Amino acid sequence: MTQESLAIEVSGLRKSFGSTRALDGLDLSVRTGEVHGFLGPNGAGKSTTLRVLLGLLHADAGAARVLGLDPWDRAVEAHRRLAYVPGDVELWPNLSGGEAIDLLSRLRGGTGRRRRDELIDRFDLDPRKKGRAYSKGNRQKVAIVAALASDAELLLLDEPTSGLDPLMEVVFQDVVREAKEAGRTVLLSSHILAQVEKLADRVSIVRRGRTVQSGTLAEMRHLTRTTVEAETDRPATGLEALPGVHDVTLDGARVRFAVDGGRLDAAVRLLGEAGVRSLVSHPPTLEELMLRHYGDELAANGHRGADGHRDADGRTGAASPADAAGAAGDAGEAGAVR
Amino acid sequence: MTTTATRPAGVTAHPASRPAFTGTGTLLRFALRRDRVRLPVWLLALLAGTLATADSYAALYDSPEARATAARTMGTPAALAMTGPRHYLDDYTYGAMLGHGMIGFAGVLVGLMSVLIVTRHTRDEEETGRAELIRSTVVGRHAPLAAALGLAVLADLALALLLTAGLAGLGVESLDLSGSLVYGFAHAAAGVVFAGVAAITAQITSSTRGASGLALAVIGGAYVLRAAGDTGNEALSWASPIGWAQRAYPYVDDRWWPLLLCLGAAAACAATGFLLSARRDVGAGLRPARLGRTTASRALAGPFGLALRLQRGLLAGFGAGLFVMGAMYGSIIGDIEEMLGGVDQIQEALAEIGGATLAESFAAMVMVVIAVVSMVYVVMATLRARAEETGGRAEALLSTGLSRTAWLGGHLAVALLGAVVTQLLAGLGFGLAAAAATGDHAMTGDLVAAALVHVPALWTAAGVALVLFGWLPRATALAWAVPLYAFVVGYLGQILRFPEWTGDLSPLGHVPRLPAAAMDWTPVTVLTLVAAGLCLTGLRGFRRRDLDTK
Repeated sequence: MTQESLAIEVSGLRKSFGSTRALDGLDLSVRTGEVHGFLGPNGAGKSTTLRVLLGLLHADAGAARVLGLDPWDRAVEAHRRLAYVPGDVELWPNLSGGEAIDLLSRLRGGTGRRRRDELIDRFDLDPRKKGRAYSKGNRQKVAIVAALASDAELLLLDEPTSGLDPLMEVVFQDVVREAKEAGRTVLLSSHILAQVEKLADRVSIVRRGRTVQSGTLAEMRHLTRTTVEAETDRPATGLEALPGVHDVTLDGARVRFAVDGGRLDAAVRLLGEAGVRSLVSHPPTLEELMLRHYGDELAANGHRGADGHRDADGRTGAASPADAAGAAGDAGEAGAVR
Repeated sequence: MTTTATRPAGVTAHPASRPAFTGTGTLLRFALRRDRVRLPVWLLALLAGTLATADSYAALYDSPEARATAARTMGTPAALAMTGPRHYLDDYTYGAMLGHGMIGFAGVLVGLMSVLIVTRHTRDEEETGRAELIRSTVVGRHAPLAAALGLAVLADLALALLLTAGLAGLGVESLDLSGSLVYGFAHAAAGVVFAGVAAITAQITSSTRGASGLALAVIGGAYVLRAAGDTGNEALSWASPIGWAQRAYPYVDDRWWPLLLCLGAAAACAATGFLLSARRDVGAGLRPARLGRTTASRALAGPFGLALRLQRGLLAGFGAGLFVMGAMYGSIIGDIEEMLGGVDQIQEALAEIGGATLAESFAAMVMVVIAVVSMVYVVMATLRARAEETGGRAEALLSTGLSRTAWLGGHLAVALLGAVVTQLLAGLGFGLAAAAATGDHAMTGDLVAAALVHVPALWTAAGVALVLFGWLPRATALAWAVPLYAFVVGYLGQILRFPEWTGDLSPLGHVPRLPAAAMDWTPVTVLTLVAAGLCLTGLRGFRRRDLDTK
């Protein structure tokens, strides 16, 4: 990677508010033209990072470049080329949504009216309502429309869909994909994993003001396990003996287990011999990636794994944070969870 | 199939208590808890101000002769317009001085406190959405308003008792217990009337700002009515709750019945508030919310356009209010010369404002009061930037191509130009009414000039607010010290004869006292330069600091 192809470049960023350390040596690099997922739980420092990138906060230490510019000294110059959707969108109570969109667009340097109207239509927003009459989701739509109607080359989106309904989230995903196709760079901060998973080329996971992992989803996934659930004619015995297979639960005809990335073949073959009636396999989700990093925190809070939650989610099976961590060779964290 | 015997027991039973007020007690205790700092500050400030004033009377007018001279000075229409009815002057004891000088403006402050209590616990709760959470629990329809009114009444009663105990305990001659009791409850009576008014205005508009603004306009109207009544036709004073409170004549007649008028009016207003609140949805006003524009007008483009749009209501309100206030004082000015034509003593007393006519010195005195009101506007307008910042609305703007200087400059420009507008309107109102009353058309121009000469002093107040915003953003409320001090020194100082240096600390103290004195450009230029320096310092500070985000 050469210097010029990075839209955002952050290294060793530190920022404290009084005795609270919000950023503790955070690193982040976002390549031009990619959708970059910025993942972390609440309070990890995502919003603080974005505000430093916008020159709204002054970092205590570390270096940051946005579109090649210093975000504090040359904020306005950088802002002309980017658009931002805050996490908490606050609007003026006595200005209509349409007015707020136009105001933000004009301050950003003007936009095409057609694009704005099209977005308002797609997001099903009534632009005549006053700011005080909008719900959280609708306030967010106003900011999203204003940001995406611009021709900014960089979009900074701070949990942009936390108030949107599932239908609107689909619209949002379409719009972000279009932005990417148009060659724009997107930094998408979120704790909603499914959303980032669908859009992001690469992700960075932050925790307590520090980047703990960064890379493509594929790179991260090979570190974890696939979960398999199957129903067979005969009990699928012998799975425990296979290398790379963990957490086997055999309940008559039903079996559930987790298997390392490279060991799937042997396990599936064994199932085939037992006569497969149904088979569901789940790739590791970002949730598991996250839990690997926050597993110790959850354990400290008294959550023993998160199986119940993930079952309700319907996408994951038996792989517990301990498994994910174990597969990555991080036995210390696994011990903490169990 | 049997479908009849399945009704659960108890469905038809009605609760014994009145469900509309269920939960009032809990909400009242909760409100007391929320205001545990705010209310004591209000009450102690009002108490301390009153006790200090009573004490200073005793020090300043220590002989019957001094009190008699004071009574003659206070008998001028200008002084009466700023204080209270003439009846207090008949025997000008310390008690009479206190009732005469304090009830009028303390009534405004108590009214302000009561209005803010009621709107804070009713409309503000609805606007922020917290009321929804509360109303979803076992809380009756009327409970929030009842609790807010209850809190206001409690605060007013506490003030009455504090004033009674404080004044009676001061040991100043003529400040007896029965008079102090009437004095204290005169304040409480004014307070509950305006709490009742706020109970109505909180139903009308869907914004806290609007509800408080409407109620404050009523307080302002009541004050101006009594000012006009006390100088001219007393019937006008009888239309004002502040006039009623003054006519309890504590330490003079100790009359309770005018306070009953206050109580009756308060009850009527509160009942109206409850009736109106039952006719609307939670969160909505009686006026339906209108839809706005689909697209922004051409004017809403830059920082100035936005700041003007956000603040136009405030500016229009103050502009209209000051125009009316000026006009009220202007219409009195004609009576002054007429009334005083044959009274030698008063002309004697006023001779010390060398060379000026009685009307001119009256106008100069009123100009200070007008300028203080304008100064309140200027500080509010400047601090709007802080409200935008802490409200999270600056964040989105400052991440566009808008620089910090331009954003803050927009709000500052509205405040600075607004000062010119409010002073111009006040001067016009004053001048036109005075010209109409006296037939002297030259007065219009003179009085407009007299109003405008205060503008640089108002700009320094904006500068102080901006310096705080830039360097000590958490302490921006300190900017209110400037108008407060200007008021105490400019208004009370004129009545109580404060030493000269106290006036020099207020920016208004340096303004040439047109039309009673000649124009002097030096202080005006210096004030302008000081204001510019303060504003630049404030802008520089804001460029260097972190933005406060939600």
